[in-house]
Amino acid sequence: MSVLVYTESEGGKFKKAAFEVASYAKEVANMLGTTVTAVSVNVEDSSELGNYGVDKVLEIKNDKLSTFNAKAYADSLKQAADKEGAKVVVVSSSADSKFLASMLAVNLNAGYASNVVALPENVSPFTVKRTAFTNKAFNITEISTDIKVVGLSNNAFGLKEASGAAAAEGFDPSLSDEGFTVNVTSVDKATDKVSIADADVVVSGGRGLKGPENWGMIEELADVLGAATACSKPVSDMGWRPHGEHVGQTGKPVATNLYIAVGISGAIQHLAGINSSKVKVVINNDPEAPFFKAADYGIVGDAFEVVPQLIEKLKEFKANNA
Amino acid sequence: MKILVCISHVPDTTSKINFTEGDTKFDTNGVQFVINPNDEFGLTRAMWFKEKQGASVDVVNVGGAETEPTLRKALAIGADNAIRVNTEATDGFYVAKQLAKVVQDGGYDLVIAGRESIDYNGGMVPGMLAALTGANFINTCIGLEIEGDTATAIREIDGGKETSTTKLPLVVGGQKGLVEESDLRIPNMRGIMMARKKPLTVVEAVETAQETKAVKFEKPAPKGEVTLVSPDDVGQLVALLHNEAKAI
Repeated sequence: MSVLVYTESEGGKFKKAAFEVASYAKEVANMLGTTVTAVSVNVEDSSELGNYGVDKVLEIKNDKLSTFNAKAYADSLKQAADKEGAKVVVVSSSADSKFLASMLAVNLNAGYASNVVALPENVSPFTVKRTAFTNKAFNITEISTDIKVVGLSNNAFGLKEASGAAAAEGFDPSLSDEGFTVNVTSVDKATDKVSIADADVVVSGGRGLKGPENWGMIEELADVLGAATACSKPVSDMGWRPHGEHVGQTGKPVATNLYIAVGISGAIQHLAGINSSKVKVVINNDPEAPFFKAADYGIVGDAFEVVPQLIEKLKEFKANNA
Repeated sequence: MKILVCISHVPDTTSKINFTEGDTKFDTNGVQFVINPNDEFGLTRAMWFKEKQGASVDVVNVGGAETEPTLRKALAIGADNAIRVNTEATDGFYVAKQLAKVVQDGGYDLVIAGRESIDYNGGMVPGMLAALTGANFINTCIGLEIEGDTATAIREIDGGKETSTTKLPLVVGGQKGLVEESDLRIPNMRGIMMARKKPLTVVEAVETAQETKAVKFEKPAPKGEVTLVSPDDVGQLVALLHNEAKAI
């Protein structure tokens, strides 16, 4: 018996989410009185996982898995879970993990709870708290199968450092051709930008910016904060910004530590998508904008005056706290 | 090509979310239900295939009789047949197993389901359905073309998008991007009249175990008042974010 965790990587390096799911898995393992086994794919040195409580790493190194393939990855994780006799499998809420988790659950005949925001309330029966109704409520879900799959919401648990060493072991799952029936032909991804899913801070612009030519200000603010940029639905509908930046109910969900909304009024669909963010800041010239009811901090003022000042003040802050 | 679009019957976005029976059930009192937005993008894309390439489009929902108006709306938008699996949609795995039976019985080439419903947000039905029926699967799909038995699909990934090719039968977890918001159709009077005469078949559920269950609901703790900072003192915001919120 163990807790199995899928630790995602990119370009041979673990993503931050990998350390978060590892931290979470460690606490679950403590509750169950067992150990944590991680699965890494094409990571050269997995020892870093020991700092987050992982006891053992099954290192898969296989060129066939150099491009993410949900089915083949799910098949590999299933074999790892079988080998370890895993009772709980933890994955993140990245696009890739959500892609594979539901197939993995079927493979393992396991109940699956996604968007989980806290440690299990109980391990017998096994109950977890997850978001529902697009962040307008929480739902306590009981998973009654022998094996459980838990999808942890991004930034919900944080990183918990532990002192330990992860024992690496090579793992070579058998991969049939049936796992490779979806073939990736191209990937279009900005490598120099932080993605919304991986970001600690997101700076988002709305119609108040008046036009795409004014986005430089949003990008500069994001740069100072090491943040990802995002936008409201009208902005992507008007083609000012790409769809991939639209956050909200029908766009991307955002669960960051800090969300800064500039010139966004705060339609209910937008707020639903960003509500899981910990600290929310709004800058808007309309004091009646609904966003002020959802925000923690607000400035009623002209974005074109406030944002440049904010950039300056943040630069000063960074210089003094470097 | 035979297309099945899975339709979830969900509370309208602006609904007040409340719970009843000791916070164990969603309170449907006064709530207006709609086609799940992620499903509506898929339905509209299916209509495009029907009109441009020739396809039949069926819609399916797992739920009680109260969900039929939502299926009728999908028929009014242009679907040919509706199927309702007569059981309460208790959790994602259970719904996927019910849908798998419908997919196997109907021999569909393409199944489009929303990437998640806006009520329980499980995001698991499309992938489970693919795994249960042995079909190929693309999640968070924002572009789909079909040529013969080959599909070219674009999926949203973290920080970008990815294009892939695969074969039918295929299950897609769809979302905005499959079509644009401006492509969505409001049923017209003729569509609504025709929808009344289109077949809506009720099938009984298959008996199966239940893997998960929602035991209780909670609402988030009420949020405190916003702290307003003067636009003439932007530095105070930086100080608050650092000292009080510990966000920078």
